[in-house]
Amino acid sequence: MQTVIDMITPTTQFTSSSTMGVFEPIHQISMWDDAFGGTISPNTDACIIAQADAKLDDKYEYASDRSLEPAGDDQTANINRNKVQRRLAQNREAARKSRLRKKAYVQQLETSRLKLAQLELELERARHQGLLIGGATANMGLCGSVNPGIAAFEMEYGHWIEVQQRKIYELRNVLQSPNGDVEVRLLVEDVVEHYGNLFRMKRDAARADAFYLVFGMWRTPVEQFFLWIGGFQPSELINVVMPQLEDLTDQQLVKVRNLQHSCQQAEDALKQGMDKLRQTLAQSITTLAGEATSYSSQVVSTRENLESLESFVQQADHLREQSLRRMSCILTPRQAAKCLLAFGEHLQNLRALGSLWAASPRKFA
Amino acid sequence: MDKVQKISSENGVVIFSKSTCCLSYAVHILFQELGVIPYVHEIDRDPEGKEIEKALSRMGFNGPVPAVFISGTLIGSTNEVMSLHLSGSLIPLLQPYRPLN
Repeated sequence: MQTVIDMITPTTQFTSSSTMGVFEPIHQISMWDDAFGGTISPNTDACIIAQADAKLDDKYEYASDRSLEPAGDDQTANINRNKVQRRLAQNREAARKSRLRKKAYVQQLETSRLKLAQLELELERARHQGLLIGGATANMGLCGSVNPGIAAFEMEYGHWIEVQQRKIYELRNVLQSPNGDVEVRLLVEDVVEHYGNLFRMKRDAARADAFYLVFGMWRTPVEQFFLWIGGFQPSELINVVMPQLEDLTDQQLVKVRNLQHSCQQAEDALKQGMDKLRQTLAQSITTLAGEATSYSSQVVSTRENLESLESFVQQADHLREQSLRRMSCILTPRQAAKCLLAFGEHLQNLRALGSLWAASPRKFA
Repeated sequence: MDKVQKISSENGVVIFSKSTCCLSYAVHILFQELGVIPYVHEIDRDPEGKEIEKALSRMGFNGPVPAVFISGTLIGSTNEVMSLHLSGSLIPLLQPYRPLN
């Protein structure tokens, strides 16, 4: 393959260029262009830079050429001149490439700077909407007020997540090693108890702010998308873990399907109760706005309706806890461990996806 | 108290509730889904409502409504009903009161 150097060192071309000096750069560029087959630079910007720098290069070429020219032998002089020409051409090319790299790097910095400014803006927005997990700032809201009950919950929740992650490791380990059923059963009970702790925490937090609980305000938007009255949907738990439970007996299968069916019926009943609550609340707000006569009793019943939201969240959590306990009863200890592991990992994945999305939604577009 | 015992013995499935209680409504919906039509007694619409509440607490019922009776026996509130249902024990209790399918 003909190298660049081979293409540009025909003696005749450069003998003449060495005498051109600094005043005919355009002519030289066109010679270069021809030598490279018209592909000296696809980018017009680089071409302009190359032209501008070619002017500089010419000066140095002319000067160094002069300084290296030996006094005597013509042939040796020619050979030396060729070597010099070659080296200078290489230098020029290296310099050009370096300039192009620098330009690309600067462009990259500019893009990153813009992206950073964008991310900072989104972060600020998310913070105001209370979408960030962890820290009391998530509950600042637009007013900047902090609900101590909720702030305490968020802190406890962060800790709960850490412990939950440890328990998931333990579940994985216990399934990989040949542990006896007793050990596995103990761990299963421990994990179910840990979920119980979460539901107790949520019950306390619901007293502070039931709406916060219902909408899962401490969670990422992705997780919120899957929420059912402030947490996971019990019948969905069964859908998630079933693929992991391949060795169920027929009797177990029947029991699991029955459990799922019961969950669905209970969920439906609670959902209709929530709908009724919404209707009743809407009506009482309309009445409040309208009639002045029964004002105080309307206010009382409106407040009662809002407070009953707390009991719905509590019922939903109760359903979640019962579904977990029932599953661990129907399944053998190992099966139950698999079930809890699969479910725990599922929630972990949702959380991870949610955090990714919250940090940079446009990446998914 | 007589009234509570009377109502719960005369009707297979009884819900003591309040008209404004949406959780009672949810329990009502669940029973309907299971093919049962419960007798609903709204204690806030009953002049003797306070007496009924006292009688319930004497029977060991401390929670808010709904208070559920099946076959004259106090089952409990929403928690107990849901737990029973998930363990598959509710439908057998309701069987006498479900129309033949």
